[in-house]
Amino acid sequence: MITRFMNLEWKQFFRSSYWQKSIAINVLMVFLALYFITIFLALGVGLFPLLEKFYPEADPFTQVNNFVFYWLLGDLMMRFFLQKLPVMDVKPLLVLPLKKSKIVRYVLNKSALSFFNVLPLFAIVPFSLFLLAKDYDSLQVAVWAVSMLVFALIINFLNFIIESKSSETEFAFLPILLFVSGLLALNHFNVISFSGIIAASVNAIVASPWMVSIPILVLVAIYWINFKMLIGKLFIDGSLKKATKEVAVSDLAWTRKLGAIAPFLQLDLKLLWRNKRPRSTLLMLVLCLFYGLIFYPNPTYQGIPGFYVFVGVFITGIFMINFGQFIPAWDSGYYSMLMSQNIKYKQYLDSKYKLMMASAVLLFVLSVPYVYFGWEILLVHFAAMVYNIGVNTHVLLYGGSFNRKKIDLDKSAAFNYQGTGAVQWLIGLPLLLLPIILFYIPYKFINFEAGVATLVVLGLFGMVFHQKLMKIIVQRYKNKKHEMIAAFSQSNS
Amino acid sequence: MIKAINISKKYGGNTVLSIENLEIPKGQCLGLVGNNGAGKTTFFNLLLDLIRPSSGHIMLNNIQVAESEDWKMFTGSFIDESFLIGYLTPEEYFYFVGELRGQNKADVDAFLTQFHEIFNDEILGAKKYLRDLSKGNQKKAGIIAALIGSPEVIVLDEPFANLDPTTQIRLKQLLKSFVENQEVTLLISSHDLGHVTEVCDRIVVLEKGEIVKDLSSSTETLQELETYFTV
Repeated sequence: MITRFMNLEWKQFFRSSYWQKSIAINVLMVFLALYFITIFLALGVGLFPLLEKFYPEADPFTQVNNFVFYWLLGDLMMRFFLQKLPVMDVKPLLVLPLKKSKIVRYVLNKSALSFFNVLPLFAIVPFSLFLLAKDYDSLQVAVWAVSMLVFALIINFLNFIIESKSSETEFAFLPILLFVSGLLALNHFNVISFSGIIAASVNAIVASPWMVSIPILVLVAIYWINFKMLIGKLFIDGSLKKATKEVAVSDLAWTRKLGAIAPFLQLDLKLLWRNKRPRSTLLMLVLCLFYGLIFYPNPTYQGIPGFYVFVGVFITGIFMINFGQFIPAWDSGYYSMLMSQNIKYKQYLDSKYKLMMASAVLLFVLSVPYVYFGWEILLVHFAAMVYNIGVNTHVLLYGGSFNRKKIDLDKSAAFNYQGTGAVQWLIGLPLLLLPIILFYIPYKFINFEAGVATLVVLGLFGMVFHQKLMKIIVQRYKNKKHEMIAAFSQSNS
Repeated sequence: MIKAINISKKYGGNTVLSIENLEIPKGQCLGLVGNNGAGKTTFFNLLLDLIRPSSGHIMLNNIQVAESEDWKMFTGSFIDESFLIGYLTPEEYFYFVGELRGQNKADVDAFLTQFHEIFNDEILGAKKYLRDLSKGNQKKAGIIAALIGSPEVIVLDEPFANLDPTTQIRLKQLLKSFVENQEVTLLISSHDLGHVTEVCDRIVVLEKGEIVKDLSSSTETLQELETYFTV
């Protein structure tokens, strides 16, 4: 049976229409995987000598356990953001003669084989080999390695419980951030020394190997909770269906003043507010506004205006980068309807342009308090805003015509790369890097004001030639219309 | 009104539609019937310029659909649920479509009053998003939206499927009244031979992308069609 499920997954992956085109992103994933493997391998090999060097008086085998707590928390965080429960599209399977428990077990067991559980092995195995080479008791080493693996699996299943609980709320990642930082704080200020407790427990397990059954029991229990939770949700009105609430209708009458683009602007605003994914994009803005606080108070970055440009473009452009790069994929669900309506592409795109422009101005205004860290920062932010409005908006709109991936508006947002193609990655970099270079060259050779002026002038150029640029962009969208419709009507989850 | 000239659509080496010449005069109601894969939806998609033809072209009121977009002014269509904007309420959707067709809110409201019994209080004022409506109600909303702004050409793919009996009968009456007044050119497809023969004055049978029968509706048409489709 399991082979048949595997077969389904395999086909879903390779037969998705986008597979061929998204090779670039797969290559990227492979590189990321190799990168992590290398890091863990280096850690596994280097851990023993490093521990000996930094803690010469301690036994590396017991010393290492002091770090287990941090590893577990880090692992939990990483999984929370990157790993999703592999609920394959179970809906068609529900009516087939398959026991529900079998489906659930398959989904859970498959997660145990995930890359996140294999990864620690690259550190655990070399370290264990080191221990064996140093004549530690082989039974103890084996028990240690097994319990580490069991810990990884516990985190694996714990993560799914946390995810399913927190996915119902809007700020899905806030509770776990609070939880983890709370634990770290308690530990750091020695209120409760979790790292000590965990280290002591691991040492106890190593000392008396039968105790390894305790984490194994925990693992079984947590697996069982997952099992119960999933099987209870395996109804099409359970996890497979979303709750409906009564809607509050607003007619956004003020948009009427904007003339021909009004209907599209209304549509965009509703799109942003009423769908899970774009709404979380919106909420993320608030967090990103504080991004500058990482850099500006830090004396290391004082007097490096290149950083001001980066932060400026980022803060005033965060909405347009997040929203703009998925134009027109936001509308992918009903793109063919839009295309058969009496719609002028120009108005459709102009509404998106105005929205991005307004966001840049608004975010600039909100970022004014950064003037506290120096008037140059305000000046650079202003230049960045002008540049964003004049240049980056057009780049984003043009880049949008390369969009071929459908976006499911109801999927959650954070670290959801659905709809992300290689082009989006490529477009993101020049949006941020180019203005830094454009600023830096005149700054280096002439002065600070020249750098700011360059950005402003380029931005103004973009605004002056807006109509001309839009003509080119509209033509591009027209040429690609059929391709986009065909791609958007494929469902490729 | 509608002219398809040498139109064909190929995917790979596979021809899914090939029509040499099909002319639909103004005011006619044409029913497109055919088994699955006969090319009905492909034809509609070509007509609405949603896919590119492999050869030939389609003229709507002497406008080549692939060349100019002016035909959108007078064409209303509903193909499937992907034509709905899920995060709007039905009212908002109607207003949006209305606005694109030059109808203000009051116009749309006035237009909608005649559909009171079709909506059955489940669509207007239900305070639900379209995505949360049942399939049947979604379809109702989509079809009604296609009629907003008195379009001269109306294209409906399978309008009767998924509808409740009351709505089927009401929709039939409505479409028939269009046909009688000769004001709209109507293009519908259906698997229900009874419905199409009742509504339409002309039936075209597609098979494997080609026109195999072109009948003007009479009392014997239904009989003839049933014989044809009986294998």
